[in-house]
Amino acid sequence: MAHDPSILEAFFEECEDLIVALTEGLIEMREGHADAETVNAVFRAVHSIKGAAGAFALDELVGFAHKFETVLDELRSQKLKADEKLLRVLQRAGDILADLVDDAREDKPANRDVVDPVLAELQSFLSPEDEDAATEEEFVFEALTLDVGMPDAAPTGYRVSFQPSAEFYALGHDPALIITALMDLGETSVDVNLQDLPSEFADFEWSQGYLSWQIDIAGLTTDLQIQDIFQFMDDICALTIVPLGIIDGAPIQALDTLPECDPVSELTDPPIAPDLAEVRTAPVNPDPEPTTQRPAKKPAATTLRVDPERVDRLINAVGELIINQSVISQRLEEAELPNSAELFADLDDYKFLAREIQEGVMAIRAQPVKPLFQRMMRIAREAADATGKDVELITEGEATEVDKTVVERLADPLTHMIRNAIDHGIEKPEDRIAANKPEQGQLRLSASQRSGSIVIEIADDGAGLNRSRIQDIAVEKGLVSPDASLSDQEIDHLLFAPGFSTAAEVTNLSGRGVGMDVVKTAITTLGGRVAISTNPGFGTTFSITLPVTLAVMDGMIITVSDQTMVVPISSILETVRPNKNDVAKLGMNNELLKIRGEYVPIIDLAEQLGNQSSQREMVDRVLLLVQTEAIAQCALAVDDIFDQRQVVVKSMLGNYGEITGVSGATILGDGKIALIIDPDAVASVMANKTQLNTDNGEAAHVRAS
Amino acid sequence: MSEQVDAMATKELEFVTLVAGGQNFCIEITQIREIRRWSPVTVLPHSPDYVLGVMNLRGAVIPIIDLAAKLGFEKIEPTERHVIIITAVEETIVGLLVESVSEIIGVSTDMVREIPRGPEDATTRAILGIIAIGDEMTKIINLTMLSPRKDQVAA
Repeated sequence: MAHDPSILEAFFEECEDLIVALTEGLIEMREGHADAETVNAVFRAVHSIKGAAGAFALDELVGFAHKFETVLDELRSQKLKADEKLLRVLQRAGDILADLVDDAREDKPANRDVVDPVLAELQSFLSPEDEDAATEEEFVFEALTLDVGMPDAAPTGYRVSFQPSAEFYALGHDPALIITALMDLGETSVDVNLQDLPSEFADFEWSQGYLSWQIDIAGLTTDLQIQDIFQFMDDICALTIVPLGIIDGAPIQALDTLPECDPVSELTDPPIAPDLAEVRTAPVNPDPEPTTQRPAKKPAATTLRVDPERVDRLINAVGELIINQSVISQRLEEAELPNSAELFADLDDYKFLAREIQEGVMAIRAQPVKPLFQRMMRIAREAADATGKDVELITEGEATEVDKTVVERLADPLTHMIRNAIDHGIEKPEDRIAANKPEQGQLRLSASQRSGSIVIEIADDGAGLNRSRIQDIAVEKGLVSPDASLSDQEIDHLLFAPGFSTAAEVTNLSGRGVGMDVVKTAITTLGGRVAISTNPGFGTTFSITLPVTLAVMDGMIITVSDQTMVVPISSILETVRPNKNDVAKLGMNNELLKIRGEYVPIIDLAEQLGNQSSQREMVDRVLLLVQTEAIAQCALAVDDIFDQRQVVVKSMLGNYGEITGVSGATILGDGKIALIIDPDAVASVMANKTQLNTDNGEAAHVRAS
Repeated sequence: MSEQVDAMATKELEFVTLVAGGQNFCIEITQIREIRRWSPVTVLPHSPDYVLGVMNLRGAVIPIIDLAAKLGFEKIEPTERHVIIITAVEETIVGLLVESVSEIIGVSTDMVREIPRGPEDATTRAILGIIAIGDEMTKIINLTMLSPRKDQVAA
């Protein structure tokens, strides 16, 4: 079927929101503080996905959602008990549903090996008739009718009261059509309420809705079909659906229209008959909206769906604005106007405004990490199931907002790290007990904002890194020479070396050759860094530091052999103008900087970038003390430093490609381009040259270039 | 009917002719964004020698290639008199430094000939075909061959 792709896209976006709601609801249910409304919310989410998926003929999705929904319906009509087992299955079903939505989005077939067992488990909660019925959607509700052939338990009909709003009419809906549709559901009696009609013709407002209807429909046991009819109108008319039994205190419909009851079903379905009193005391029961005025589901129009393209255009324009601002201020300074104090004050205002606009635009792109974290919970459950470990994933700081691109591109690295933590980090239950730890492993995923950066931490309470084993493996794989003496930190970072995998046996979860180096590359391309800290016996923490936005950063303007460049402030610890005594020679070419009793290597930036090194003595240069992954601290020698300012990051990937040691470019006030240095890459090239075997160092270098 | 098809096939094309390494070349006009004077560029580290650097084109970072060097001629020593042709192929925008730009020629597609078979070098690999105009001949440059990104992928 050919559909407008934009409509389909809107459906998938809608699905994302629904799945978030669904996941939230399921978590609440599992934690035990769910009420009837939660169950209903979950039910509605599944139902809406099913409904819309049906419109797009996504059969696999519809089939699964249908079964899921049927079980949920049983649950909310209290025919099923929400025990641990059921909730577990529901949660798995939620995961599968999300997967199916993803599959449908990517237009690939569902993974039946995963779907079918869950489908079967869902089925096991349903009574046999439902099974027959479920194959043919139209019969589901009739099959349920059998169940209610029982005492005066569940409702046998519904009273629908609805009053269309002015908007209802304005959108071109016709109450007559709705009533006709309702009449098709069963024996119906319709009452129209005229009392709101103004008595004076002059008071009559043509666009207002004055009429309200009360429709009693007999012979229905669930309000699903009624809900369906009102599916797209629930917020533009006042709607209540109440089971008739509650109103009248007695079921209206006689049993004579019912087909023969299946006695087996009565016996196999003990929780079938909640007594009437219970239904009364909990009038929320089968009715998803217990209040008379149907409240708007989500507060309307709190979110705006905007094509990201438009936002990007805006961001580009704001970037230009900031560049333009620096051009103007540079020009004015050069002009050396007399009495220009006021002018510069105005210019400062301009600068603040530009910055404010830029922050505002960036905020549009910011998104909470919550959906990402929820996805990780799924991953963690799957990984725990696959490894037979009991792991609890705790998430913190879900409301932390990160650039949309970052959220999207973090999914893969995080998935990998979570799987790794569960597969390698957390021990098997018996080992945990032996180590005097609780049987259930704990994995903590947290996000927080720390002065201009976002920090995401993945902490497990497992065995910690086994450093001697890591080093053995690295030697075995030829990543380091056997006689290299490495610091703990350097050993930890071997995890990120290409081709490194610690799993003794390759499991189907992790250890597929693509190791942590992929994680690191993904994070580095986002301008972030990964750090490891481990506490043998007590666990390992990976922390990912990311810039809040990708488009703008604070940089130090420097010159290196006549070229102006930018070094990110975030990586600079301090700047040093060395005395003669601070610089120590190490062999022919290498020099060390002595700072507060420590010696750190000096890297000549010009040399590293393949430029002619300036012949200046170190004493005449400026050293930037930077913190990098490969070398804990090192000093970058540059010719001069000028200024700290905010620069707009331009990617070079589109038109040129990757350059080792350069993360991007920016445009300066005079219109010239300055390259942005990536100190991590510069230092790692250096580290590869000195530490690793030449072969691998060379390989890493080629790979990076 | 067949005449109609032929009429469709022989489209009118326009080319901008230029000089690089002392020889005549041309680029299809639809691939050219603009032509501007040489201005100093920002040098890129670790770049092949035909990549001069990057320049700022209204907020975009554009790599500049020395066309002569790329085609295997001697490097151009850029001065104010040299010209940069900004080209766009698919999404990639690249500036080409050339010695001069001459004129715009209109030719029909049937005038474009294949390169006669012969020994291959850096120049012939970057040429799509040749056009004869009077006594002279000009060579159509295959811009997709020039993209610095393609080089890196190949390497």
